[in-house]
Amino acid sequence: MSLNEADQNTVEKSWQKVLSARKENRPQARDYIEKLFSGVFEVKGDRCFGDDESIITAISWFEGWPVTVIGQQKGHTLEERMRCNFGMPHPEGYRKSMRALAQAEKFGRPVICFVDTPGAFPGVEAEARGQGLVIAEHLKAMATVKTPVISIIIGEGGSGGALALSLADRLIMMENSYFSVISPEGCASILYKDSSMAEEAAENLKLTAEDLRRFNIVDCVIQEPKGFDRFHMDKSVTDIRREISQSLNRLMRVPADRIVEKRREKFLGMRGL
Amino acid sequence: MKLFTEKIDTGISVKRKENTDVQKLHCSKCGKDIIADIVHANDSICPYCGALFRQPAYKRIEMIVDSGSFIEIEREAESKDPLSFPGYKTKIANEKTKSKLQEGVVIGKATIKGVRTALAVMDSYFMMGSMGTVVGEKIVIITEFATLNRLPLIIFCASGGARMQEGILSLLQMSRTTIALAQHGEQQLLHVNVLTHPTTGGVTASFAMQGDITIAEPGALIGFAGPRVIQQTVKDELPEGFQTAEYLYEHGLIDRIVDRRGLRDTLADVLALHVRPETQNVKTLIKEKVDDVFKRS
Repeated sequence: MSLNEADQNTVEKSWQKVLSARKENRPQARDYIEKLFSGVFEVKGDRCFGDDESIITAISWFEGWPVTVIGQQKGHTLEERMRCNFGMPHPEGYRKSMRALAQAEKFGRPVICFVDTPGAFPGVEAEARGQGLVIAEHLKAMATVKTPVISIIIGEGGSGGALALSLADRLIMMENSYFSVISPEGCASILYKDSSMAEEAAENLKLTAEDLRRFNIVDCVIQEPKGFDRFHMDKSVTDIRREISQSLNRLMRVPADRIVEKRREKFLGMRGL
Repeated sequence: MKLFTEKIDTGISVKRKENTDVQKLHCSKCGKDIIADIVHANDSICPYCGALFRQPAYKRIEMIVDSGSFIEIEREAESKDPLSFPGYKTKIANEKTKSKLQEGVVIGKATIKGVRTALAVMDSYFMMGSMGTVVGEKIVIITEFATLNRLPLIIFCASGGARMQEGILSLLQMSRTTIALAQHGEQQLLHVNVLTHPTTGGVTASFAMQGDITIAEPGALIGFAGPRVIQQTVKDELPEGFQTAEYLYEHGLIDRIVDRRGLRDTLADVLALHVRPETQNVKTLIKEKVDDVFKRS
């Protein structure tokens, strides 16, 4: 099926976004970091078990501000993808990220997160080391960190593993990314006992940037021009830079205690009952 | 006359229905099929082999709190269908009839051996205790209630995770409950979790793992990813007893495993240990608690 045919049908439209979010040549956290920040100093390891390359943490400069950057990385080449565990973090990745959050608060640096994961890794070792617990703790750290947090969903927003990095003061989403409670394939195999019905599930789950903007969960959607990939991303990077810059100008003026309060009001205000 | 006949008819049909449609539960340990009411009258424990069945929320509350002390909040809250997800409305209606509940969690306040506490009890007989907007909102409401009234909060977790049919709005509840609980904690108030079978997915990855004290029931399945998903990923046999309460205890992820019939005593002890000196009548209260502990040991 060609892309044009798909565009005519809404069912396939959501599914096309999912496929687009997973494309190998889609820009990843490292591509954005290279374009947006300078003087990047990467912070490694969780000081407990190891270093998880599926989550990058770094300190760097953004337009005269020192910022903390946290990004989920899937990898482009096969070798890199294996090192990054295909973007599926283990508990040590989230622990490293919590270190970065604590230091951001200590030094008054804003935090910029790039979300791109099919999900936290579902494995025996991950469970034994408390995958659920670290995501819970990471959410709590994001909820209470006394510094501005901006998150950008750049590709796959897969369930709890993505949500951990999405509890932010400002949530931005790329046009062809998705954010969902479960993968369309997982949803289809549970509900319809048939994972080939993923296209229909993708539509029902309302997981596109457009849907999330409508629910007011996402604050801003960045457009992707035709032919957008990691070699042709400058236009969108300019938009992201402007968006981050505007948000930081606003958020950095809010006192540290008040920022947590505002975050709380934002999320608890989403009553939906 | 017509009315009279109708009355009799209705009475009989209801009676027949009860007789032919007795709900039975299957014990996976000893293989027996037992009438649900009998199981639940026995604290939802198999009368033959002692295996634990999932316990309905109101039965749980009855077992844990002081008799007559429970006051429910937000009983009527019910799920809408925010995504217009195909089949969801029908599913909710069926679950309501089947479980006689409005949603997958019951919240309120009560006393346990005289100590006041806020309480949330999830019920896995309602859509496997999955967390949608209403479950999330009720957890937020009871947490805010506990914060405002300076009460400890006990949550009995039982959940298959975030509810698919409410999509991203279910996932959002992980953030919302976390934020509400963080505020509760900042006020130096106690949060105790009791993890019951099953506690998985988005609930494990949010409030179920954020307690000051975490207790679990024996044999309960507790984890982030479901065992089937893990097996498909690793393509290998899972270790024996993987993701059980005992496995988590061995890996240092929970504080204690407590048998269902010991939970009331354990929770009372934990609550008493966290009573602050500024609380009213604290001396008599503490004395009673200490006496109670010694009596039992």
